[in-house]
Amino acid sequence: MGAWLDEPLSWGNALVLFLWAAVFLLIVLGFVTYAIYYERKVIGWMQLRVGPNRVGPLGLLQTVADIFKLLIKEDTIPRKADRLLFILAPALAFIPSFAVLAVIPYSEKLYFADLNVGLLYYAALSGITTLAIVLGGWASNNKYALLGGMRSAAQMISYEVPLVISIVGVILLSGSLNLKDIVTAQDGGWFWHWNLFPQIIGFVVFFIAAVSELNRTPFDLPEAESELIAGYHVEYSGFRFAFFMLAEYVYVYAIAALTTVLFLGGWHAPAPFLDFVPGIIWFLLKFAFVVFSLFWIRATFPRVRIDQLMSLGWKVLLPVAIANVFLTALWLELFVK
Amino acid sequence: MIRTEELLLNVGPQHPSTHGVFRIVVKLDGEVITEATPVMGYLHRGTEKIAESLNFTQIIPYTDRMDYVSAMTNNYVLVHAVETMMGLEVPLRAEFLRLIVMELQRVASHLVWWGTYLLDIGAMSPFLYAFRDRETIINLFNELCGARLTYNYMRVGGVKWDAPPGWIDKVREFIPYMEKKLQEYDKLVTGNEIFLARIKGVGRYDAATAIDYGLSGANLRCTGVRWDLRKDEPYSLYDRFEFDVPVGSSGDCYDRYRVRLEEIRQSLRILRQAVEQFPQDGETMGKVPRVIRPPAGETYVRIESPRGEIGCHIVSKGKAEPYRLKFRRPSFVNLQILPKLLVGETMTNLITILGGIDIVVGEVDA
Repeated sequence: MGAWLDEPLSWGNALVLFLWAAVFLLIVLGFVTYAIYYERKVIGWMQLRVGPNRVGPLGLLQTVADIFKLLIKEDTIPRKADRLLFILAPALAFIPSFAVLAVIPYSEKLYFADLNVGLLYYAALSGITTLAIVLGGWASNNKYALLGGMRSAAQMISYEVPLVISIVGVILLSGSLNLKDIVTAQDGGWFWHWNLFPQIIGFVVFFIAAVSELNRTPFDLPEAESELIAGYHVEYSGFRFAFFMLAEYVYVYAIAALTTVLFLGGWHAPAPFLDFVPGIIWFLLKFAFVVFSLFWIRATFPRVRIDQLMSLGWKVLLPVAIANVFLTALWLELFVK
Repeated sequence: MIRTEELLLNVGPQHPSTHGVFRIVVKLDGEVITEATPVMGYLHRGTEKIAESLNFTQIIPYTDRMDYVSAMTNNYVLVHAVETMMGLEVPLRAEFLRLIVMELQRVASHLVWWGTYLLDIGAMSPFLYAFRDRETIINLFNELCGARLTYNYMRVGGVKWDAPPGWIDKVREFIPYMEKKLQEYDKLVTGNEIFLARIKGVGRYDAATAIDYGLSGANLRCTGVRWDLRKDEPYSLYDRFEFDVPVGSSGDCYDRYRVRLEEIRQSLRILRQAVEQFPQDGETMGKVPRVIRPPAGETYVRIESPRGEIGCHIVSKGKAEPYRLKFRRPSFVNLQILPKLLVGETMTNLITILGGIDIVVGEVDA
């Protein structure tokens, strides 16, 4: 697929690219539909409940019904809201969440853009969503929404930094910002060649910062239900609200895929004798496990406080991430070269 | 310099964490509270005024609806007051049944508090675990009196229904079950770093302040004051049983949390002894006149409800209806310290502190 990007732009190529994007959007929407189902089932199971089981066989169409409900709902815009920004915010939240998916390689052959600054592209674009959350919180002209939006801005500044620095170690090890090359560099046959083990400190920092980036429990402060009711999207209804939720779940997809690529060896099998299983299956298994972990964390932990979140980000994660970069560089310099 | 201004925020009456229709008007500087004014009365039904035109048996259902999380203790305080006025003897079996349901109710009430408090803090699963275990108690009550929440179980001079066959055995089975579950709770929540960081040192006050504000229950005991009416002014049969009064030391939300969990354990301890000593047979209603007319005069009785000291003051003119009936409602009294605790805290701590006080709005507004 990536090959199309290198060809000169013509109407035909543009059409093909557009079609690919549309197909991919459908895949992502399908993922979101069933990620929500998966989450509700997993958390229901952990919380002694059944989860959705009424709409369709085994409740498989529950999310479809929910989305349909949101579609036919009245779309309300508060009279005193900043109309333009209010309408813009959900779209602005969703677009970058979908755009970052372009650089993620699923197997040796299956990827969209073979970008040589893939990681930077990801980090840069994913920041825009926070802007949309602040915008939505501000434009709603609601005090709870404003508090949620402001929290989100503070959270993003504190966590984007350790998130990016925690992956510098991976970049040093593989010597590339290209996600495909990073996976290739982890190929050694066995699972201990994955970045997870040499970069265990980086992985822990990355995962904590990633959960925070996702605004999920225990870092779901911008929407903190028990304090801010619903935070930044309290005034949104119908499909505008759905777009915020969609962006959130697409980021779950993105972060799970990124974790798999950066730390869990992408499409590589954990042992050489398991190589007969196609790479894409391994990718999906690891991916599903990361998604499961996110749900598991959500069902287990209480929420942290905003000041604790800040001090964790700046006083713990950031120094640890920088130390990890230093140690990795030292190790490479002394033992590898 | 950027111009900033205070934000006036209405928390409630429709807010998921005010535990009912309760409202706090807070002034915020950023996320820091500079002033907090509780506004109550949204659930006021005039229970005390209505009671003046009802006879005592008719008042009992109204007490169910005050502290609806702990209806049994409310039942008891009313019938206990009338019995004290009239000098009535309650049969032993009836008194045992009352004590068992009151202690079960204390466990159930603390479980509701535990679950909703964790929900306030942002953890959803403990809420469902607590409600699963509370359901066992609710089912026991349902078997006993046919209601799950508003029991209307006690009567002046005894209880309405005798325990059905096998009921006591079910209570006996419940005790070890609940003890095991409490260990699970500790494993899941009590040691959790995030949880500890959220509640340790939050909403702290000392013993003198607590006494000045008239706090009672876990809100008082968390400061280290060993005051429990079951121990200090034994009513019912509490002097027959061995149990401890757990106290805290620092008077913060964490101590209140610990005191309440420990109270569940102590209640189970009382229950274990009560189930062993439960009389095989006997009456469940004492000798009570057909129309209950307390002699002219005044009485005040107080007992230990899960939320603290609940008192009932009856002024009687010798009629079938009370001349004046007044309840000392622990939720209402405990709530008064809230504005003092909130100044200087963040929005997040507002929820932590309010939840830690453990109010039931039905009782605050009565």
